[in-house]
Amino acid sequence: MTGARVTGLVALAVLATAPLYVPEFYVTLLNYIGLATLVALGCSLITGVGGMTSFGQAAFVGVGAYTTAVLTTQAGWSPWLTVFAGLAVTAAIALVLGAVTLRLSGHFLPVGTIAWGISIYYLFANVDGLGGQTGLTGIPPLKIAGHALDSGRDFYYVIWLIAVAGLSSVQNLLDSRAGRAIRSLRGGATMAESCGVDTHRYRIVIFVYAALLASVSGWLYGHLIRFVNPSPFSLNLSIEYLFMAVVGGATHVWGAVVGATVLTVLKQWLQDVLPRLLGASGNYEIIVFGMLMVLLLQRARTGILPVAARFLPLERKVALPAAAAAAALPARDKQPAGGALLEVRAVTKQFGGLVAVNKVSFAMRQGEILGLIGPNGAGKSTLFNLVTGVLPATGGEVWFCGERIDGLPSREIARRGVARTFQHVLIRPRMSVIENAAIGAHLRGHAGVLSAALRLERREEAALLNEARRQLERVGLGGQLDLAAGSLPLGAQRLLEVARALAADPVLLLLDEPAAGLRYQEKRGLAQLLRQLRRDGVSILLVEHDMDFVMNLVDRLVVMDFGERIAEGLPREVQTDPAVVEAYLGGVE
Amino acid sequence: MDFQIALLLTQDGLTNGAIYALLALATVLVFVVTRVLYVPQGEFVSYAALTLASLQLGKVPGTVWLLLCAGAATALVDGVAAAREGRLRLAVRSILINIGLPAAVAALVFWLAPRTPPLLVQVFLTLVLVIPLGAMIYRLAFQPLQQASVLVLLIVAVAVHFALQGLGLVFFGPEGARTPPFTDARFELGFITVSGQSLCVVAASLAFILVLYLFFGRTVYGKALRATAVNRTGARLVGISTSLAGKLAFTLAAAIGAVSGVLIAPIATIYYDSGFLVGLKGFVGSVVGGIVSYPLAAVGAVLVGMLESFGSFWASALKEVIVFTSLIPFLLWLSLRARHVEEEEDE
Repeated sequence: MTGARVTGLVALAVLATAPLYVPEFYVTLLNYIGLATLVALGCSLITGVGGMTSFGQAAFVGVGAYTTAVLTTQAGWSPWLTVFAGLAVTAAIALVLGAVTLRLSGHFLPVGTIAWGISIYYLFANVDGLGGQTGLTGIPPLKIAGHALDSGRDFYYVIWLIAVAGLSSVQNLLDSRAGRAIRSLRGGATMAESCGVDTHRYRIVIFVYAALLASVSGWLYGHLIRFVNPSPFSLNLSIEYLFMAVVGGATHVWGAVVGATVLTVLKQWLQDVLPRLLGASGNYEIIVFGMLMVLLLQRARTGILPVAARFLPLERKVALPAAAAAAALPARDKQPAGGALLEVRAVTKQFGGLVAVNKVSFAMRQGEILGLIGPNGAGKSTLFNLVTGVLPATGGEVWFCGERIDGLPSREIARRGVARTFQHVLIRPRMSVIENAAIGAHLRGHAGVLSAALRLERREEAALLNEARRQLERVGLGGQLDLAAGSLPLGAQRLLEVARALAADPVLLLLDEPAAGLRYQEKRGLAQLLRQLRRDGVSILLVEHDMDFVMNLVDRLVVMDFGERIAEGLPREVQTDPAVVEAYLGGVE
Repeated sequence: MDFQIALLLTQDGLTNGAIYALLALATVLVFVVTRVLYVPQGEFVSYAALTLASLQLGKVPGTVWLLLCAGAATALVDGVAAAREGRLRLAVRSILINIGLPAAVAALVFWLAPRTPPLLVQVFLTLVLVIPLGAMIYRLAFQPLQQASVLVLLIVAVAVHFALQGLGLVFFGPEGARTPPFTDARFELGFITVSGQSLCVVAASLAFILVLYLFFGRTVYGKALRATAVNRTGARLVGISTSLAGKLAFTLAAAIGAVSGVLIAPIATIYYDSGFLVGLKGFVGSVVGGIVSYPLAAVGAVLVGMLESFGSFWASALKEVIVFTSLIPFLLWLSLRARHVEEEEDE
């Protein structure tokens, strides 16, 4: 048994037995902590994992609470049905909000959710059917087999069963194909999109998921208190939920529990102490919360849990399946060598007045290694970005396997079998080596968010991880699977990118300076691997400055200088081409 | 609705819109220079309005104590940082500025407040009490996080809003205040009476916008701020300190907030927490221009003012809902216009 598992089981045992021996006051407190945990968990997912922020979570709690309040008291629905009605309403609102804000840069989601949080608060307070500021009373208790759960102690188990289910569903989700895509959202979309991840869709997914968690919390709240009014769903509460996630450690699922506990207890205590201290009543605790957050973000931005994790056994490892047990992923049919593969026709890219790539044309055949060389600033990496759809071309056409691909988003180009590495390595430093490589295999799996949350996709997940491991072993990183990718030396990070690209089972592989930072033996190993890939039918477009490496490997070369193609041909022809010699060594006057 | 009412609502909308426009400009200014989405902007509105209200009653406003505390905290943080680097002169200077200046202001207020000086002097006292808080807040909360992501800065901004709102309750109490109008003059303009108060507000807003325009276009500091907004690293390379630019931006924002507070005090009853909503309306206005364009932000803010005034006529209970929901179509419009937003932000 791992340390993390022991810690988890001890915590569960304490949770399960707590109502048997703690006084009523603490049961109530624990109930509130459980409710807050669900909401804070959503904040962690949005903020810590997805790198976005929402100030509308309390409003989603309100949607859940008001939906059940209205439907049970005015339409006589059973609470077990209203929870789904609440989820449906919440999902619809979150989808609309997400759709209008998430395509914009990161700060528009918080802006949009602040506005929505204020709107819904005033809506609750002013719409006639919702009871105004006084709210709605007489919400029936939950009933299980005829037994009404009308005491805090009874309700405790419902709250915490759902809270723990929520926590483990998010944990499961993050530890999956969809989860890797979600965790790769932070740090820019280029890499994830080039691996075929629809980043916009996953942003919406986690926003909706978090909203649904909040909605369930609201439903529970409604039936626990059996009365709703607008005040617990105000913007200030949304801010407090966000603070909980940050205080606990927003990058970690269990940080939500820690944060919810700390802030709920602190708030209780402050609401007791401060008014006596200041001699007046009011929500003075927000002063302490505000200052606490500023200090925390200045001094210990990761929150409590990562600090505690140094002293407690909380580290989890990705459980690797046995190699034999995992099924192989379906592979693409390889095309016969020699057929037309990639054709670049007069492609041009302008950045303002600068022409980075000027009417470059060349063609590649199946099973070929084509070298693309030229001095620094010749436009090679820009050309890569045009071929892979990272940048839109200003003019010209790109054809791949008889299909025009310029203008397609990079994830669509990836879907057609084009994989790449980046000149400036784009990995997720805090994810493990094998998880980084497995992002490359994203398009070879199909399991969605729901099956991941419920762990119904373990066979496919095993196959994906196994494929990632196979490719890492191929590039010589088989011994470092569990390390954080950011801890690898630069050369190894480049090899990791190669493995990630290979995990996509590419038809065409674009490598941008893969040998930079490698030692002599590692370069020889890489050259061998690339030759092997060529034998397997993978075509390779290679940018590299190490001429020994290039000349001994490639079938043909294209040479660029100042954005233009200046030569093309076999390596030894190109080496003696006067234009090439001039570009590299300068002209003879 | 007849023409008369429409004109009246328009006048109201323009008056409020002028104030929102000032706040929208401050939001844009702070965002482009420091990348902070300045949520606490509205607290300055409350602080200024309530300070002016206290002064009109001949009382010493709570802002005095707030300023002294914030100054002491700033001097402490500055002093410790400077002492660690062994730069004692810097520490002494910070103490003089952050403790000496507020103390001098406090002395002046204690002397003048019970004498109920003329309105202009009261306004002057209000401004010198509230404006220094801007730079202090920058120093305490944001300067240590200059390199942080927009996301972290936003969470800090919200935390500062929390702290300031709570402090507002401590120093001003839960009671609202409304100051008497600057002028009772009324002008007959064809069908409609224009109140002198509205004219004052609009004129003051326009004048302030003109001052800002001249500041950015004609002065070295204004140009330094613009340079920092365009490219922080480049500006540093030519000797423009990011911290200085930040302090300057926050001071200007505080000035805008304080002026707005003085202008709104006779129009609406202001409580310790009502500035927040006022500030947010400016914020909503600035979103129309994507929080980067000054003119569009001002236009957006005036639109917000109009929407609010007509909204309160048709459905007075739901006017906030109308104002804040109107953001959604704007966001949709921005979203449809946006092509391929690529933000490479650090983890």
